Amino acid sequence: MNGYGVAAKLAALGGIALLAVVLAAKGHDAGYVFHAYLIAATAIAFAVYYARDFSFALVTSRPTTEDRYLDGVVKAGMIATVFWGVAGFLVGVVIAAQLAWPALNLDLPWTTFGRLRPLHTSAVVFAFGGNALIATSLYVVQRTCRARLAFGNLAWFVFWGYQIFIVFAATGYLFGITESREYAEPEWYVDIWLTLVWVAYFLVFFGTLLKRKEPHIYVANWFYLAFIVTIAMLHIINNLAVPVSIFGSKSYSLFSGVQDALIQWWYGHNAVGFFLTAGFLGMMYYFVPKRANRPVYSYRLSIVHFWSIIFLYIWAGPHHLHYTALPDWAQTLGMVFSVMLWMPSWGGMINGLMTLSGAWDKLRTDPVLRMMVMSVAFYGMATFEGPMMSIKSVNSLSHYTDWTIGHVHSSALGWVGLISMAAVYDLVPKLWSKSGLYSDRLVSWHFWLATLGIVLYASSMWVSGIMQGLMWREYDDQGFLVYSFADSVAAMHPYYVIRMLGGLLFLTGALVMVYNLVRTVRGGERTQALPGAPAWAS
Amino acid sequence: MTMGILEMFNHANVERNATVLLVLGFIAVAIGGIIEIVPLFYLQNTIEKVEGMRPYTPLELAGRNIYIREGCYTCHSQMIRPFRDETERYGHYSLAAESMFDHPFQWGSKRTGPDLARVGNRYSDDWHREHLVDPRSVVPESVMPGYPFLMQTEVSAKYIADHLRSNQMVGVPYTDEMVEKAQADMAAQASAMGEGAEELTARYPKVQVRDFDGQPGRLTEMDALVAYLQMLGTLVDFSTFKAETESR
Amino acid sequence: MSTYEILRHFADSWGLLGLTLIFVFVVAFVFRPGSRARYGKAAQIPLNDESEA
Repeated sequence: MNGYGVAAKLAALGGIALLAVVLAAKGHDAGYVFHAYLIAATAIAFAVYYARDFSFALVTSRPTTEDRYLDGVVKAGMIATVFWGVAGFLVGVVIAAQLAWPALNLDLPWTTFGRLRPLHTSAVVFAFGGNALIATSLYVVQRTCRARLAFGNLAWFVFWGYQIFIVFAATGYLFGITESREYAEPEWYVDIWLTLVWVAYFLVFFGTLLKRKEPHIYVANWFYLAFIVTIAMLHIINNLAVPVSIFGSKSYSLFSGVQDALIQWWYGHNAVGFFLTAGFLGMMYYFVPKRANRPVYSYRLSIVHFWSIIFLYIWAGPHHLHYTALPDWAQTLGMVFSVMLWMPSWGGMINGLMTLSGAWDKLRTDPVLRMMVMSVAFYGMATFEGPMMSIKSVNSLSHYTDWTIGHVHSSALGWVGLISMAAVYDLVPKLWSKSGLYSDRLVSWHFWLATLGIVLYASSMWVSGIMQGLMWREYDDQGFLVYSFADSVAAMHPYYVIRMLGGLLFLTGALVMVYNLVRTVRGGERTQALPGAPAWAS
Repeated sequence: MTMGILEMFNHANVERNATVLLVLGFIAVAIGGIIEIVPLFYLQNTIEKVEGMRPYTPLELAGRNIYIREGCYTCHSQMIRPFRDETERYGHYSLAAESMFDHPFQWGSKRTGPDLARVGNRYSDDWHREHLVDPRSVVPESVMPGYPFLMQTEVSAKYIADHLRSNQMVGVPYTDEMVEKAQADMAAQASAMGEGAEELTARYPKVQVRDFDGQPGRLTEMDALVAYLQMLGTLVDFSTFKAETESR
Repeated sequence: MSTYEILRHFADSWGLLGLTLIFVFVVAFVFRPGSRARYGKAAQIPLNDESEA
């Protein structure tokens, strides 16, 4: 880059830093002031980075790399995925422990459950899941289109912009900056920033589709595209709000009461449907065939899967509001469409699993493929459980209880977590040009730790959730409620401990992965047992 | 033109033309939301008119913002469903109108703790204060965090008028007078002597005026939060309330 | 009739029929015999993508 380019960037970043300091001086609340200084610090950090490139030569030639894939940003995405994953799982274990032993809340403003819970959900959904989606989508779209990412280094803006979004969201929660909209807690200025980043992400992805050399758009890209576009729509509408002041963090939602509730859960359920499902189905449709080295079982089924799932999912939101003040007709629509979702979901699951037909032996030798298959199996289980829980009579028992938490985790840990980590295992050796992972046996260890963790988590939450629901509605012979609410809280304790242990196992598995990946990148493949041979044979 | 439309719907074209895929995909995901959400703003029976609802007082609003800030909604719902056990435990089922001034709504999704939609006037201020500072001192089974810092932190009153004005902009019927007097009203509601109480009650019927935090002379976040909790579910009088329709 | 009832009747009749027809059309179109070869080729895309762009 020539001197002018760097100078312009430095000037722009300097301007941002200066503006941020002014905002900090005028800020109304501590969190806002902190964020303003954080903006200044971020701008200065980037300025220092760019200044290294400064040259007084006005024109310098740079070797053109336009004919190669842009994989640096995918590599960065892998690191971010793993880093945020471990961070998010750790916070999850901490808040699980707080529910078992409330003294761990420490009674300080920034360490209580109420502030850490959004930190956990955002860290795992948006930081871990989001980075996995962005990184894999940018990898997959290049390979399946046989084209380099569009718009040059815009993909790098997407990557860093997204990390900045995460840091602002996370630090904001600790300061108590929240809109209280579940899975959309960040306040107005962070929302605006995410919108900018997301538009850039869309441009990079869609631009690459437009410049592809492959005539057909592979179905994985359809799912990624639907995820990007729908999340943009949901994010913008759900976050419409009026800030109290541009110098303060607080805003008031444009909508109120019933309308606000439906819009939030239209968002909330489709954050599940499009962020945690459609995007990861894109991942499945690329990585499962790739890893099994066989084409997807039925490409035609994948097309029907795509259209039916994106059409049906968007209706399902009202099942979060059964028996509330939401009008009945909306609740019924939500229930009917949720039940219908079962079919395309299982179509997709069968499509993923049957891709291995005729190659089931690979499960024995490839622990990464095994992880993918387990993930798809959890997808199938969760997409059966979900429609069941959306039936009003079931929901009357399950709503407000831990059953919901168990359901979310069997899909988030089982489906989203395992497919993401399997994709990371698949990609890291390729991206760092290694012949394979450091150790396949450690992948097996990870697989079993994670699976056992999920089983402990889900089963303890089933028991506690159903028990809670039954205790709340238990009547004695005289027609009096048997249990006080506090009784039901006391009864949860053992299950909260088991749940925390499940989370701890899952976290341990992730740490094993970190070790394995670091050794892989550092080089050297561990001499290991022949695939399928017992350990003592090596 | 006809050819163009046929051409567009040829699935081979959908699979090969990114823009067509984008447009059709967007239509597919837009339909459900439009059909479910838009009628809520137009259909008459979404929100039944109910007597007694009024906007939050400045102190209650500040308390509500503390409730949101501390993430109380992560463990407490404010939505009583029409089941026998819930109405016996918590009171009359929640009406749509009761959250009509809530930007955002606080219905919640989880009951790690009990529902709070009608917690107002069920416990004394002393109880709330002790419970918020050290929950297990009054409910041994509780897993709630303690919030002792609320007793020490002065509630921020400086910008409260701006908060009311923002609410006014999103449709809460605050009058200009309410906005103007916001800061004074806030102090008046927590005053132990009841200064300005008459004016406040005229603006906000059924408002509870007293020193909520047990520290006369100080206007703390505990004042605000307890004032908010003590008014929850107290505005509509269910001894006279008759549901207009049975359609919910 | 209230707006709600009009919408309700439409959804129960023509709306339902229309969506069902679209669904049947999409399935029939995707599974028509003539498309087998093209989809077979598309399904191979992830498997032969190692070459550089």
